[in-house]
Amino acid sequence: MKTLTFLARSGPVGSSRPKALLDMVLSAAVFEQKINFIFLDDGVYQLLPDQDPARLAAKNVSSALPALELYGVDKVYVDTESLQKRGLSGRPLLISAKACNADEVRSLLADADMVFGL
Amino acid sequence: MIISLVIHGAPGTTQGAQTALSFCQAALAAGHQIYRLFFYEDGVHNAHALAVWPQDERDLHADWAALIRANKLDAVVCVASALKRGVLNDEEASRYEKPAASLDAGFDISGLGQWVDACLHSDRVVSFGV
Repeated sequence: MKTLTFLARSGPVGSSRPKALLDMVLSAAVFEQKINFIFLDDGVYQLLPDQDPARLAAKNVSSALPALELYGVDKVYVDTESLQKRGLSGRPLLISAKACNADEVRSLLADADMVFGL
Repeated sequence: MIISLVIHGAPGTTQGAQTALSFCQAALAAGHQIYRLFFYEDGVHNAHALAVWPQDERDLHADWAALIRANKLDAVVCVASALKRGVLNDEEASRYEKPAASLDAGFDISGLGQWVDACLHSDRVVSFGV
């Protein structure tokens, strides 16, 4: 078993990156790897509830995030500085994510066997 | 060292695919083993056998195909990424009743399970064109 750490750094709309990363996370989960999933930079927007991208003819990728728990992905983190910079501190989030600072992100990256970010 | 590559970038659009090819060549020249090339998202365009490039531009697909053949590399395109970009082998083209197959014979179509497998069996998995 390996520790795979994923960095969600892109907003929920505008590109296929969030979906591509989530597919990687869920695939790794199916094969029962140890997973850390970190939301930072614009990726923190993925955690906002009540998104409605239907008018963009886009699917709501974030609506799949609650499934992470069913896949056994429970090490979910959100970077507090990214939230602060975007005026999102204290906002309710779609799924529970452990608040972490830059030092904690650094140590998660250092402890990972592999890191993937999109 | 055992290395796998994840290639996200399309040829000619961003630098990533070109850098991945150079990295792969350098790694092989240095005696490392390439366990798998995994082409994901726009990266699947590297496997497109029907692309025609101007003579004064590098045909990255041809270079990948040659490298894969010469070194017997395991090259996989992600099926979900490939189908929606029209990168189809004979089997998929006929399954979806499309007029042509476009996947170079040196590449296989498979799923993200092959990427997880590459993570398990490689010392390093390096992403390009993210």
